[in-house]
Amino acid sequence: MKPGPFVYHRPLSVQEALSVLTDVGHEGKILAGGQSLIPILNMRLASPSHLVDINRVPGLDEVTVSSEAVRVGALVRHRQLERDTGAYAANPLLRQALHCVAHPAIRNRGTTVGSIAHADAAGEMPSVAVLTEAVMEIRGPSGVREVAADDFFEGALETCLDHDEILEAVRFGRFPEGTGTAFLESARRHGDYALAGVAAAVTVTDGTIVSARASFVSVTEVPTRLDLTEAVAGQEPGAVDWSVIDDLVQEHISPEADIHATADYRRVLAGELTRRALAQAVTR
Amino acid sequence: MSTRQFGAPVQRREDPRLVTGNGRYLDDLGHTAYECAFLRSPHAHARIVDIDIADAFEVDGVVAIYLHEDLPGAVGEPLPLLIPHPALIAPRTGYCLAKDEVNHVGEAVVMVVARDRYVAEDAVARIQVEWSPLPAVVGLERAREAAHLVHEEAAGNISAHLLQSVGDVDAALASAPHRLTLDLSIERSACMPMEGKGVYARWDAQDEKLRIYSSTQTSTGVRAAVAAKLGLPLAKVECIAPDIGGGFGAKIMHPWPEEVLIPWAARLLGHDVKWTEDRREHFISSSHERGQLQQVEVGFDDEGRILALDVKFWHDNGSYTPYGIIVPIITSTQLLGPYKPRSYRVEFWSMYTNTVLVTPYRGAGRPQGCFAMERTMDAIAAQLGIDRAEVRSRNFILPQEMPYDHGLMFQDGRPLKYDSGDFPASLAKLKALVGWDDFAAYREQAAAEGRRVGLGIGCYVEGTGVGPYEGGHIQVETNGRVNVATGLTTQGQGHQTILAQIVADELGVPLDDVHVTTGDTRRMAYAVGTFASRGAVMSGNAVALAARVVRAKALRIAAEALEVSADDLDIADGIISVKGAPDTRIALSTVAVLSNPLRYAFDESAKAATQFAGTFDPDKPPIADDEEPGLEGQDFYSPTQATFANGMHAAIVETDPVTAEITILRYCVIHDCGMMVNPMIVEGQVHGGVAQGVGGALYERMFYDESGQLMNASFMDFLIPYASEVPHVETDHLETPSPLNPLGIKGAGEAGTIPVTAVIASAIEDAEGFPIRSMPINPSELWALRREHSQASATKESAP
Ligand SMILES: Cc1cc2nc3c(=O)[nH]c(=O)nc-3n(C[C@H](O)[C@H](O)[C@H](O)COP(=O)(O)OP(=O)(O)OC[C@H]3O[C@@H](n4cnc5c(N)ncnc54)[C@H](O)[C@@H]3O)c2cc1C
Repeated sequence: MKPGPFVYHRPLSVQEALSVLTDVGHEGKILAGGQSLIPILNMRLASPSHLVDINRVPGLDEVTVSSEAVRVGALVRHRQLERDTGAYAANPLLRQALHCVAHPAIRNRGTTVGSIAHADAAGEMPSVAVLTEAVMEIRGPSGVREVAADDFFEGALETCLDHDEILEAVRFGRFPEGTGTAFLESARRHGDYALAGVAAAVTVTDGTIVSARASFVSVTEVPTRLDLTEAVAGQEPGAVDWSVIDDLVQEHISPEADIHATADYRRVLAGELTRRALAQAVTR
Repeated sequence: MSTRQFGAPVQRREDPRLVTGNGRYLDDLGHTAYECAFLRSPHAHARIVDIDIADAFEVDGVVAIYLHEDLPGAVGEPLPLLIPHPALIAPRTGYCLAKDEVNHVGEAVVMVVARDRYVAEDAVARIQVEWSPLPAVVGLERAREAAHLVHEEAAGNISAHLLQSVGDVDAALASAPHRLTLDLSIERSACMPMEGKGVYARWDAQDEKLRIYSSTQTSTGVRAAVAAKLGLPLAKVECIAPDIGGGFGAKIMHPWPEEVLIPWAARLLGHDVKWTEDRREHFISSSHERGQLQQVEVGFDDEGRILALDVKFWHDNGSYTPYGIIVPIITSTQLLGPYKPRSYRVEFWSMYTNTVLVTPYRGAGRPQGCFAMERTMDAIAAQLGIDRAEVRSRNFILPQEMPYDHGLMFQDGRPLKYDSGDFPASLAKLKALVGWDDFAAYREQAAAEGRRVGLGIGCYVEGTGVGPYEGGHIQVETNGRVNVATGLTTQGQGHQTILAQIVADELGVPLDDVHVTTGDTRRMAYAVGTFASRGAVMSGNAVALAARVVRAKALRIAAEALEVSADDLDIADGIISVKGAPDTRIALSTVAVLSNPLRYAFDESAKAATQFAGTFDPDKPPIADDEEPGLEGQDFYSPTQATFANGMHAAIVETDPVTAEITILRYCVIHDCGMMVNPMIVEGQVHGGVAQGVGGALYERMFYDESGQLMNASFMDFLIPYASEVPHVETDHLETPSPLNPLGIKGAGEAGTIPVTAVIASAIEDAEGFPIRSMPINPSELWALRREHSQASATKESAP
């Protein structure tokens, strides 16, 4: 379990990182927190010949809260974002979800943006990105382009990022006034990738539900947002029978079996977690 | 008077060093050594057609590449069959490097020695092997079908078949008022020590001497095995077990191929060579355990007393049987637990499969036996509508029946004879601890809240401290330092602490003066190893006996110096004094000086032992005929049989009515390992054991696909419970001394692990109301079982 040979680059600016990435073509890989990439290299599942370590690039480690969004730089560690009180006040879902990402030791190193770039459908933060309608700030040789989370994820571990681009920051959207959120998942062990997970946001205005939506972990091929408003709009949050959303959820998800759980079981789990998450969201 | 150390919760003396990162594990040694990597079989069963290493040799930094054909003499012959047994009809062991055929994914085929491990792995990736795949036999069902064979010469894939019985089971079954049959299964798991295996060898060409460091549970065993394989005189081989990051059984197997190959290469190359196992290698090329299919037929009376117990089981021994059939023998005998069926017959088949070989893992066949027995107890209780604890107590062996001989042969070839134990007292304590009699009310209250809870129970007896022997050597230096050596190895159990406690008491010296060395053949060449919960029993008693030898010698010398009778002397805090006249005294350190008559004074204290100091009897030699110089001595402890510890566990679990998630709410342990040298260390052993047991009950399994690929060979998918999954363990103890050894102690190392699977199954069954016959179980499986049972009852209801 040792990686194959590679050339190690440690650029000191985004520009330098980009020029290395351009030079080495498809043979380059960005190294952020290394919590996904290093195991992949050690197991020789990938053997890129150039690693571009961005950890010394200044200015990428900031969390900034504006009226529309929480902007998270490429080097912000999961743990930093989880603890950021401004971010929590602006969008509590971030902390709720981050608490389920691995363990503190891994969150200390792993980056939230890296986890989104990695685009594992079993990751929590890609799912949060779609639910919050995040905007991806992607910098390439010809400048910055912005991509909506909905358009960013293309498949399992696949995004619209090009080999010579860096995901410089992710702007997680904020929910309207009156929105409650919840994040629930069931993993075999606390901190493991979930068998199924759900992020939920319910907006209540004048005592009735005006919008409800959810996104999922581990039960959809790519993270996508499911709008449940139609099923529950106009209802009183305390009196909803959440099972009205069951069919919508079951249609939306497409879980697969693996050695830990059958697809059927994952369906049951996702259904129940969604009901519970929605019920929890309206109490917040 | 110094306080007695035996029985005191002395803090572990090894911890400050270990927890501050100052441990010295295998990979901390030998930084200039060449390192190795292996090409391991990607096939579960295949013939090797051709191996091309030319391209691999091109990698810069490669030193040597070896195939089986390069191995000379005994190195190229099959690895030893460590524990032969008449019932092992078709034993097979592997080679250091596969010869012509591979029998499991992970079997070593080519060895690369290189500048470092990175280079070695680069080279391995460039080796071309042409394989001719053969059908793989995976799982006990396929093995039993025997449509394909793992080894041509093992007909029906059977390596061993053993039957033992007491009483007339057929007659008792036929006449029993009630009968039940249970089909049970347990899946594979493995030891998974934090530190994998590892070997580092140094060949000293001048001295023609080999030094081996191995992360092993038996340094004497490795030493003897390597000396034999390499044809070296035993006196020219030494083996040292450095700090070891856990063993749990996998490292008592020996010699592992690497333990032969690394020393062989070091000698051949005239350079230090090292290999450190990585996690993937540990999964696919160490050993596994547990996998069994079981069939129980039981006949019992109206009170639930077992009249006949008829057990058949099939044990998955993997691809080879170097460790013999110890595991299924233990299952077949220890299955009986604290109970005395009127008649018993057990028959097992040990089966070959194209998977990693099977050797003892903490618990060593007992968790499976306990599972069979305890599932049976619950089934009897359910059938008769009797309380589950009550059924158990009606079948207990009673204290007045001790020693109790089951009439069977145990794993050490000696009678299965329990030495002591008070099972009714243990059960009473367990019921009190868990609140057995109040549980019905708790269940009702939980049900009213929409919660589902269940209470489970499991009892076991564990034969610990098997022979043949261990030794202790003790030497008192002239500054009062007491050096203790025992040959068995330590993997973090706290041997440095408990052996020092025993010696401090026996010798009458302060604990801080006692220094313990384990697993170093330079200090103690005769030893067996660490397994079978034998460390405290075997080495504990051995160092106690050795301390008594040294104490007697000290008193003889002191008596002469003080001109009193040795009987009038006592030792405390390192000072020997006359009973009742404490001012007449001599320090043990001075006695150590006197014990070694000298010609030369090399320091101040040594002057007292030189030839012109003091008076002496000119007619006697300086050293009497039956004495030796030095205040030291050794002795060995060799018991006639194992000593039997026991315990009873109970758990309360909650299962989610919708998601079938399983939570352990409470876990209670009553534990009896005889006299406890250090109750804190015993508790630690129990806690760790329960944690491992929880892994076996709810999380860990080896997921082989049909072609014999291990699908979860990493810690991402092989789920060892985290601290968050292990419940708080509530413990209480009984101390029923063993009459078999001087200290009255029994082993504690494996105890915590043994009944957990049975207990959790019992609790889930109680919560769910349908039988649990297969473990481990996860929420997805529990949910599927629920669906099966509700469909079954729905069809029953709709039937006319
Ligand atoms: C034991 C363990 C458990 C874990 N459990 C979970 C879990 O439960 N849930 C979960 O979501 N994650 C989990 N993770 C993964 C963790 O969250 C990772 O930190 C995260 O997936 C990747 O972030 P990173 O900074 O470590 O990225 P790296 O590992 O450095 O990189 C990951 C990938 O993203 C690319 N990349 C990184 N940053 C950028 C960027 N700015 N622009 C473009 N590409 C980039 C890299 O090239 C690489 O392909 C776990 C990891 C471990 C080791």
